[in-house]
Amino acid sequence: MNRTLTIETTINGRRRSLDVAVNHTLLDVLRDDIDLTGTKECCVVGECGACTVIIDGRPMNSCLMLAVEIDGSEVTTVEGLELEEGLSPLQGAFLDEGATQCGFCIPGQLMAATALLQQNPDPTVEEIQEGLAGNLCRCAGYEQITKAVLAAARGVKQ
Amino acid sequence: MNAVGSSPRRGGGYGRVTGHQEYLADIKLPDALHVKLVTLECARARINAIDSTEAEQVPGVHFVMTAADLPDPMPRFGPQFQDRPVIAVGETKYHGEPVAAVAAETKDAAEEAALLVKVDYTKLEDGIFSVADALAPDAVLVQDPALRGASSFAQTNIIDEKHFGWGDIDDQEAHLVVEDSFQFPMVTHFAIEPHGFMAAPDGDGIEVWSTIQHPYLLQKIMAKMLDLPLSKVRVHAPDPGGGFGGKQIPKFEPLVAFMALRAGRPVRLVLSLDETFQQVRRSSAEIRVRAGFTAEGVFTFMDIETNFLVGAYVDIADRVVSKSSYSGAGPYRIPAVKIIGRTILSHTTPSTAFRGFGIPQIGWARESLIDEAALQLGIDRLQIRLLNLARYKEPFIPSEEADGDWEQTVRTAAKRIGWGDPLPPNRGRGIAVGLKSGPTTGLSYSTVRLLYDGSAMVYAGTSDMGQGARTIFAQITAEELGVPLDDITVVMGDTSVVPYDQQTSASRSSVLMGTAVQRACFEIQGKVRAMAAKLYNVDEGDIKVDQGRLLLPDREFSVVDVMQEALAPLGGEVIGNGEMRKDKEPDHPLGGTAAFFEFNCTASEVEVDMETGHVTLVKHVTVGDVGKALNPLQVTMQDDGAAIMGLGHTLMEHYIFDNEGRVRNIGAIDYRILTSMDLPLDLHSESVENADGPGPYGIKGVSEGSLLVTAPAVGAAVREATGKIIRDLPLTPQRVWEALQEDENGS
Repeated sequence: MNRTLTIETTINGRRRSLDVAVNHTLLDVLRDDIDLTGTKECCVVGECGACTVIIDGRPMNSCLMLAVEIDGSEVTTVEGLELEEGLSPLQGAFLDEGATQCGFCIPGQLMAATALLQQNPDPTVEEIQEGLAGNLCRCAGYEQITKAVLAAARGVKQ
Repeated sequence: MNAVGSSPRRGGGYGRVTGHQEYLADIKLPDALHVKLVTLECARARINAIDSTEAEQVPGVHFVMTAADLPDPMPRFGPQFQDRPVIAVGETKYHGEPVAAVAAETKDAAEEAALLVKVDYTKLEDGIFSVADALAPDAVLVQDPALRGASSFAQTNIIDEKHFGWGDIDDQEAHLVVEDSFQFPMVTHFAIEPHGFMAAPDGDGIEVWSTIQHPYLLQKIMAKMLDLPLSKVRVHAPDPGGGFGGKQIPKFEPLVAFMALRAGRPVRLVLSLDETFQQVRRSSAEIRVRAGFTAEGVFTFMDIETNFLVGAYVDIADRVVSKSSYSGAGPYRIPAVKIIGRTILSHTTPSTAFRGFGIPQIGWARESLIDEAALQLGIDRLQIRLLNLARYKEPFIPSEEADGDWEQTVRTAAKRIGWGDPLPPNRGRGIAVGLKSGPTTGLSYSTVRLLYDGSAMVYAGTSDMGQGARTIFAQITAEELGVPLDDITVVMGDTSVVPYDQQTSASRSSVLMGTAVQRACFEIQGKVRAMAAKLYNVDEGDIKVDQGRLLLPDREFSVVDVMQEALAPLGGEVIGNGEMRKDKEPDHPLGGTAAFFEFNCTASEVEVDMETGHVTLVKHVTVGDVGKALNPLQVTMQDDGAAIMGLGHTLMEHYIFDNEGRVRNIGAIDYRILTSMDLPLDLHSESVENADGPGPYGIKGVSEGSLLVTAPAVGAAVREATGKIIRDLPLTPQRVWEALQEDENGS
């Protein structure tokens, strides 16, 4: 029905060859085609950040990208954050600091924060707030999210 | 085990940080058809004809459902009035009301076909978009009077007019009378999870999935609409991704149920954020307040008239009006009060419950007016509130008494904001006091199973939409049974598995469901106590239970050890049931006294940029009387979150309409909520804990307090900084700047 293209990509460390509809966003493909539903759909105009994933080290709104654009790229979604030994320090800090209320924005917050810490392992409060400014939280756990990112940064440094 | 008063990791937290938490849209029903709604580009229109021929030719499309495919007369539903149709019939009444729904094999096909449904309609020019429109003598009627029953208002756009009060305001003398009118905008819930609905035939019944906060209300409504016994309607209510009141009341569940029955297959409708914007909002309001004071600042009377513009269908909005109006005079000692609250229909998105339930609207007006009186009397704005505040146990509304040391709360907030300290230029402070009635009725059941290995399962029909109810119920169970928190599973969200709960609203669940959970644990304690009496040949009366320990006269055991010894060798479990009932009081104006009050004092310090009108929150303080913080971190999360949400309607949020009633700022680009860059420079939330609440361990409900009077606290601070009084929200830079340009005469 819809034209498809085959893309080669690595998602959460797993190499995949995917036939994707040319009109489908990366968000569509993650959620509907390969059942990685941790990435959330909200505004679909790149304003809320709920669909944030990391592509080749950069946080991106997966609702604004066509899936074919990730051909040859490396993608990390929230399902790829957990370490073999358990939750990542950032995930653990989100729970310890009370950053997680309804939880719907949290995958996006975690991906944006992960990318931020990769680029800036020792961020200030202002840098965290700026780094996560594209991720809306209507429960408004912003204070707790910021604290969690700070705590994770300090924990990783130690 | 000291689970009460601790702040463990959130129940359900693992799934939320790993992406494994299943929200509604993450559930894939095999063989499901996808639904897309068809709406019109105007608010009020006559539907002449709908032609689905072309749409139905899109490959994968099964059918297009319209009013013609549903029973005649159109089935209608609602929590207060049966006024909402399954799908628009004859006329649309708000921008975004669906006129048809496409069912197709794929989302793509449903979306493509929805664009091809040809709706022949006539825009009707005289839509009702404001209180003035609605009350004009020649106003068209939003609702058919035939639907209005015997209401004396049936030939108007007023659904009802509430009259509350006591004493005679005309008998009261006053040294000063102040009067003013205020406006509160339409705002939307903006849960990050858009609303979603699924249904599937289930043998001789139906299964429904919804982002609903009130699964058991949905079950009742579905059973009635489909003429099924409750036992044949199974509602799945996965934890909502934010609710804030917007997900309390069924919306498109009946539509998807009728579509599933027609298709003989599951159907799935997940709204976009934009579509959700058009389905739920907070009621706007115009409020006039008049109040009399002695020269010393003591209230002699208050006279409040509120006009709530509620939208095209009543939803729960008439209850919003009555409940908020009833306590609209606030937590003050006032000899005479007169309150009129009107519920007014319009051709706009139906308004529904929204955190605060009408109180933010009235609080904006009342608290702003008190400041005006204080200024005219030359009395400090904090002092005038303390002077009039009801004292502990003092009746301040007939049949309602103050249920906390409210003065302590107000003094704490004043201290934290530095009330009275010198202010730098362009700065101002404000303080405001908010009061909201908790639930007036309630019915919650819980079952707790203490399993043989010493773990436990808790069944509670609350919806955990972010408030953390899972954690609270686990903490209560851990406290009473001595089971480690990590070994407790809380089961929610399935009406076939979990016993009845009236609803998740009014900050009730910790108090009402929490009591049911605690009573279920007490029943288990009683059964295990009987086991211990038998095992150790002791009188039951001589055994005490404390925090999961059985205290016998000469020794003690854990509840779990006794259970295991008594149940060996077969194993098994001990089951406890708990019920919490707050019955109706037929003679009470609201049908029941408040189970508790949420009492909050908010204080704010702002700096205003006199060139641009931009308001910076330098410090924002909220203090709530919570009884006891069962989980202090979760209380802070609720308080911080509510305060920030309140800053949304205070500073930036509002729907903008055009003259056809279309919302012009739908969606995340054009409708702004606070981001991490918009926060107060210093946000401080604090609790007053006197263990004087009705819930377990003395708790009260907490989830709404800190947005009740955000607007008047910030508004007062802006007024002090600028010398300008602004009576309309939000306090956008443009509005503040315009006020700054006014000359002394206000022109």
